[in-house]
Amino acid sequence: MIEACGLNKAFGDVRAVDGVSFVARDGEITGLLGPNGAGKTTTLRMLYTLMRPDDGQVRVDGIDAAVDPMAVRRRLGVLPDARGLYKRLSARENVAYFARLQGLDPATRDARIAALSAALEMDDILDRRTEGFSQGQRVKTAIARALVHDPRNVILDEPTNGLDVMATRAMRLFMRRLRDEGRCVLFSSHIMQEVGALCDRIVVIARGRVVADASPDALREQTGCDSLEDAFVRVIGSEEGLAA
Amino acid sequence: MKTAWIVFWKEVRENLRDRRTVLNTLLTGPLLAPLMFVLIVHAAVTRELDKAEKPLEVPVIGAEHAPNLIAALERGGVKIEEAPADPERAVREQDADLVLRIPEGFGKAWSAGEPAQVEIVYDRSQRDAQGSVSRLSAVLDRYAQQNAALRLVARGISPSVVQPVVVAERDQSTPQSRSGMLFGMLPYFFILGVFIGGMALAIDTTAGERERQSLEPLFANPVRRGALLAGKLGATGAFAFASLFLSIVAFSVAGRFLPTERLDMSLEIGARFGAITLFTMLPLVLLLAALQTLAAAFARSYREAQTYLSLLMFVPVVPTLLLTLFPMKTQAWMYAVPLMGQQVIITRLLRGEIVPWEGIWLCFGCTTVAALLACLVTAAVYRSERLAISA
Repeated sequence: MIEACGLNKAFGDVRAVDGVSFVARDGEITGLLGPNGAGKTTTLRMLYTLMRPDDGQVRVDGIDAAVDPMAVRRRLGVLPDARGLYKRLSARENVAYFARLQGLDPATRDARIAALSAALEMDDILDRRTEGFSQGQRVKTAIARALVHDPRNVILDEPTNGLDVMATRAMRLFMRRLRDEGRCVLFSSHIMQEVGALCDRIVVIARGRVVADASPDALREQTGCDSLEDAFVRVIGSEEGLAA
Repeated sequence: MKTAWIVFWKEVRENLRDRRTVLNTLLTGPLLAPLMFVLIVHAAVTRELDKAEKPLEVPVIGAEHAPNLIAALERGGVKIEEAPADPERAVREQDADLVLRIPEGFGKAWSAGEPAQVEIVYDRSQRDAQGSVSRLSAVLDRYAQQNAALRLVARGISPSVVQPVVVAERDQSTPQSRSGMLFGMLPYFFILGVFIGGMALAIDTTAGERERQSLEPLFANPVRRGALLAGKLGATGAFAFASLFLSIVAFSVAGRFLPTERLDMSLEIGARFGAITLFTMLPLVLLLAALQTLAAAFARSYREAQTYLSLLMFVPVVPTLLLTLFPMKTQAWMYAVPLMGQQVIITRLLRGEIVPWEGIWLCFGCTTVAALLACLVTAAVYRSERLAISA
């Protein structure tokens, strides 16, 4: 479970995140939806302790990130917006490097890599150097690397960005699978359809604030709109930066 | 500690796979400098020696005015040549190293017992001509002295009367110390070797990692940033040290191919020299690795980091330049200044002088302190939020 309580973050005069609170529960997919520049990435960066909030609290499985950031990172699997690989290492070596940093013993490491490789259907690229990988292959490797320590909580920043239709479908399937395993899955997106199709719960962010926090059905009901897209426009209050 | 090891091995392995890095740090960097050095020194020395052994060719104007002088010059190993029409211009345009002009009045002044003038036309800024000029002057001087002595004897005066003081030179230099002059640039080459050796990794592990957007995922792992930095610094230092080691070995091999005996010099780059040099350079390797990583941490891209590091490369030149421009006696404080201490120690070792152990330890200690400070500053920058953000 990931809890954000009154998060604030300013860069100079710009209040990127302004009092964001929400809860992402275990066994649910929570979507963080908002137009470009709404503060999604900054919010996520505070959740995975890359940035320290100016004010507010982050708790992962009840652990305060300000008190024990190491324990929090151990419980999180993170696919950040930046997902560069080491191109002179093979996919397996990339994943194994993070497994070592997570402190996995060799046996567990090999077992996890084998399991993830099967789940992500990347056996054929596992021992190739990542230089020249397609976008989809890169994302698969980055996800395997993020989940190698079998975390209870998964944070994905725009996971389908740059993926083609097939790869996007595979990614959605994989996220559902993570949820069905009882994990807490939190992802950000600016794409309506994706959020509507996947989420058990939608948190809408605009201009650094949470403007809605409900299930897709409840959101439609609240706003009196039939389509999720209309509901989204209604809660944001403008049509800026939206992609259907 | 374990984290640092993991990072260290990953960086080493990854960079060993990069052909360009390996070529630059482990081949071109350490081997090119000694090779060039040997070639240049060899060419210069051989040329100089050949010149000294060959008869001196001197274009002479007005040889007919002093047949005796010309005969004496020829006896002294000078080959008289046809003079160019405009000697000043010929010298300026480097068509001739020097020209000897014997004025018309030479014979008359000689017979009258007055000082008879000859002119040597040359260009002092032409280093190449210096040897010829001094050789010719020496032959002329000898001729003048002989004749002075003859004239005195003819008047019944002992020639020693006009030599109240005789100067005898007692050169205290040794073959090794003389070679120290020639190899004064060597310490700089070593320091440069360290610099070039660490450069690729310092950039790759910081600015490079940020540019290819892998720093943020790396920081999401449950490890302290200090440990990550330690591993990266270790890898950078390891490459720099390997480069330095190869550079010393290369110079010691290259030194054997130099015609030092012909110059009455000797160059000893042996095990003792290598061991002390490596020891005093060890903390310097860390210091430079930290400074390089620090500079690279401020850069947003690989290219920007390269620019910063190229500027940083001029720093090690400063002590070398200072000591060359203002040669001073070695003083205790010099050992305490990083870069300068190493410079002084390596220079003294090359000259075959004794380096006091206090000096070596002072140099090692002070450079270590400086290196640790640089590491702390780099660690502080590494902990900053700004560093991780790629975009």
